[in-house]
Amino acid sequence: MTFFIQMLVSGIVVGSIYALVALGFVLIYKASDALNLANGEFVLIGSYVCLTLITVLKLPFLLAILITLVFSALLGLMVEKMVLRPLLNAPTISVIMATIGLGNLLAGLTHVVWGHQTRMYPQIFPDTPVTFGGVIITPVYLWSFVIVMSLLIAFTVFFKFSKMGIAMRAVADDLQAAASMGISVKKVFAITWAIACVVAAVGGVLLGNINGVNATMSVIGLTVLPVVILGGLDSIAGAIVGGFIIGIAQSMAGGYLDPMVGGGLKDVFPFIIVILILMIKPYGLFGKGGVERV
Amino acid sequence: MLILTALAFLFPLLTNDYIVGLATLCAIASIGAIGLNILTGFTGQISIGVGAFLGVGGYTSAIITSTLGLSFWFAIPIAGIVTAAVGALFGIPSLRLKGLYLAIATLAAQFIILFVITRWTSLTGGTSGMVLQRPSIGGFSFMSADSYYYICLAVLLFTIIYTLNLFRSRIGRAFLAVRDRDVAAQIMGINLFTYKVLSFAISSFFVGVAGALLAHYTMIVSPELYSITVSIQYLAMILVGGLGSILGSILGAIFIVLLPVILGYGVDFASIFLPDMHHMLAAFQEVAFGAIIIFFLIFEPGGLAHIWNNIKNYFKLWPFSY
Repeated sequence: MTFFIQMLVSGIVVGSIYALVALGFVLIYKASDALNLANGEFVLIGSYVCLTLITVLKLPFLLAILITLVFSALLGLMVEKMVLRPLLNAPTISVIMATIGLGNLLAGLTHVVWGHQTRMYPQIFPDTPVTFGGVIITPVYLWSFVIVMSLLIAFTVFFKFSKMGIAMRAVADDLQAAASMGISVKKVFAITWAIACVVAAVGGVLLGNINGVNATMSVIGLTVLPVVILGGLDSIAGAIVGGFIIGIAQSMAGGYLDPMVGGGLKDVFPFIIVILILMIKPYGLFGKGGVERV
Repeated sequence: MLILTALAFLFPLLTNDYIVGLATLCAIASIGAIGLNILTGFTGQISIGVGAFLGVGGYTSAIITSTLGLSFWFAIPIAGIVTAAVGALFGIPSLRLKGLYLAIATLAAQFIILFVITRWTSLTGGTSGMVLQRPSIGGFSFMSADSYYYICLAVLLFTIIYTLNLFRSRIGRAFLAVRDRDVAAQIMGINLFTYKVLSFAISSFFVGVAGALLAHYTMIVSPELYSITVSIQYLAMILVGGLGSILGSILGAIFIVLLPVILGYGVDFASIFLPDMHHMLAAFQEVAFGAIIIFFLIFEPGGLAHIWNNIKNYFKLWPFSY
């Protein structure tokens, strides 16, 4: 039983980070109908930048994070301006391919700048584990869960009540109607990308604190795809729920099924879930199908 | 066209084995790229799972020739048919899924197929892979670079002629209709399910054949040869070449196969001045690959095929263009 709860806890923590990164995905999809396959690289870059600020420039953690977030926001703005805006009316495959190309480009650049050995974050959170009735939880897990949850709540409030949040939802709902109401669509797109990048960077910093940073971290960009598909590409609530489901399922598969098949199932399991879900609900759990006209 | 074909057949006589080897890779990649273009360019169904389908073809051929000891000439079409069956299986969701959702479903196919290949050790040898032989006919073995090149070229020619004719037939026209507006196509009496699955099957057939030819060329198959990177390379081929263009698939395949080679020479040259450049080669290739994809998407969405047509049109009237 303890093993089960242990797996559940680590699943929830990983799932919460998935939810965070998936949020960035969904935002971009809602605003501009683009699937951002470079998201994993945004996570990676955010993590590396923060690490460099801490270890090389010896900045305190909070300041480093702040600078990282500003950097990520700028990166997002730049990417939107240079790559995505020229492709505004291009077919789906062009946009997907452009983000794949972007991912390659960024991965290559991080490789040039940071090499490819794993780097560890210095100790930031205390390392004495907390025990809850026999279940051991490291403070890093606890902290990242708290941070992610507060960010998710903050974003939900932002979308519900702030002027920009409402504008973003309007653009997502109907681009032309929003534009005719005087909303600057360009500004909304730019801010969407900036937010997605920032969210990815936070995910990267947290993941880096748990596992250390190396190039394989960008795989999260692919692992998050099942999350957003499961929840429905255009649903923020779906991204959050999907994140937890996939995180827990993955952790369970790693704990119980991997020993049976000899490892590796952990990474494939989310995709198996996705195929099954798509067979039953083609638009995910919370996605909207929409009516097609000829 | 005839001149180009003749040139493709004759040039191994003039050059060395290394260049013929590259040409072989180009020919094999062209077959795969045409296959993918049938699905993505002509039928409009995005697939990010080509790498795994190449693997299915390669492994099928490896099992038939090495484990069962049957002939290469038998294995190639069977590899195509098996891959077509697998492709059709993963094409079934395409009836209900569109665009991005379908892309993710094929991505899932990529991961699941590779996982099965890696874990089904008794059949595939797991991570250590399998060894294959070059084909032979009677007493003559196609060991040399030239002879294998001719096999690939012949298959490529067959693929081109088949595909050209496919799009003059009812099936091909139906594919185009599905791409342009699948609801409209359905109203006009095209059974969406049949044609989408058929497109997946035909496309996967050629990808499987390409995979089998590649496996017999490299003489080894192992899971890491068929990763997601390969899928992305094939997508890049048809995008750089031109979606929905057979000529484009070939040009794109040649471009993407030769790109790392040319970059390699570039880095060799640069390392005269910057000795550290060699460590950066892999990263440098990635950057260039990404940059080229983005460049083509933004500045030449029609791809190389479009550039080629522009050049041809220019010279039609040259030197009196106006």
